[in-house]
Amino acid sequence: MQELIEALIVSVVAFFVVYAITPFLVRELGKRKLAVPDVNRIGGAMIPRPGGPAIIAGILISEAVLFLAFPSDPRNIKIIALMITTFLAFIVGLIDDRKVLGGWFKPLALAVSAIPLVLIGIYDSTGVYDPNLIFPIFGSVKIPALYIGIIILMIPITGNTINSIDVMNGIASGFMTIASFSLTIALLIMKNYDVALISLPLGFASLAFYKYHKFPSRIFPGDSGALTLGAMYGVIAIIGRAEVVAAIALLPAIINSFLFLSSVKKIVEHRQIKNPTTHTEDHKIIATKEKDAPITLVRLLVAGKPLTEKEIGFTIFRLAIFSGILAIITAFLMEVRI
Amino acid sequence: MYVFIGIMWLLILAGGGILVVAVSKISISGYGNEIDFLFASVIKAVIAILFVIVWIVILNKLKNRIFQKQITS
Repeated sequence: MQELIEALIVSVVAFFVVYAITPFLVRELGKRKLAVPDVNRIGGAMIPRPGGPAIIAGILISEAVLFLAFPSDPRNIKIIALMITTFLAFIVGLIDDRKVLGGWFKPLALAVSAIPLVLIGIYDSTGVYDPNLIFPIFGSVKIPALYIGIIILMIPITGNTINSIDVMNGIASGFMTIASFSLTIALLIMKNYDVALISLPLGFASLAFYKYHKFPSRIFPGDSGALTLGAMYGVIAIIGRAEVVAAIALLPAIINSFLFLSSVKKIVEHRQIKNPTTHTEDHKIIATKEKDAPITLVRLLVAGKPLTEKEIGFTIFRLAIFSGILAIITAFLMEVRI
Repeated sequence: MYVFIGIMWLLILAGGGILVVAVSKISISGYGNEIDFLFASVIKAVIAILFVIVWIVILNKLKNRIFQKQITS
């Protein structure tokens, strides 16, 4: 019963903090002329950016409530690790929102953001994470030398993966809502109740932000928002010992990054590349004919026929739901051994 | 796209299985406990990274096959 009350409180706080702060942020960003053109909107409306401060506020306040309400709970060290790493990722994104930096800046800075998580794990005896990679059906493999590297890589990968799918109205927040709730369900199936509870603010903060980010967007999350969501997802995967399940729930976004990297063949800031899509006369989105434009998930989705921005968003959400179901099946398979 | 995601999922499950079966049994002895553990861990890590590289190569070939029409259109 106590866990249910905790879950309810943390979910409500995360949702309503983001829900309440975002309209205020929209006004403030508008006043300061911190806005970017929506390239897919007819007339190219200016949309305030970044919405990251509202997202990080929802996450940090809800996690702090959980921490302060039960100060002696052993899960609190995990909450501290999550809050520090997620906040550092937010700062990285905020710097990138204000100043366009090189393609390597974000991965390297996000790798640095993961260091507190590594250090807390090393010095805390209760086990913030476990250097075992657990696979369904076959069991686990202990690779301590590799696992530290996995943590250092996980945060840049999940952060940049969500950032690179943030290409149209509502996609990053909607996708993260589906992926994070899938991960929460998977954690419950794997009987990791503490981390499932800690993960709830991610889903509810994303859902509240989606209200303003969905088509037609009133605000964009920016790098600070996308990196915050992605980094927190990565931390949950690590402290929840659900790295494989988390990767599966994220597959459509991973495919997007994979397609992009395999066509561009280098790490580059997404604002520096050619647009992989263009518009038809009736303002639907279609794949560009330019051979040197990168291949992305959206480009493949509109290669067959042009789609509206809203249709593309829902197509990606269906893919996210499919991956989420595969992640949940994988969580069930974690209990199966041959 | 659903087929590609499904294949990626199966490759993750299969790759995990191979990793557990092939790598978790590796142990080194004769250099002292700490050095043995370190050597074994490094060898496991190298093999795991090689698996990931093979996984990426397979995915790249699958991608070209499945999405050939869309990519060239």
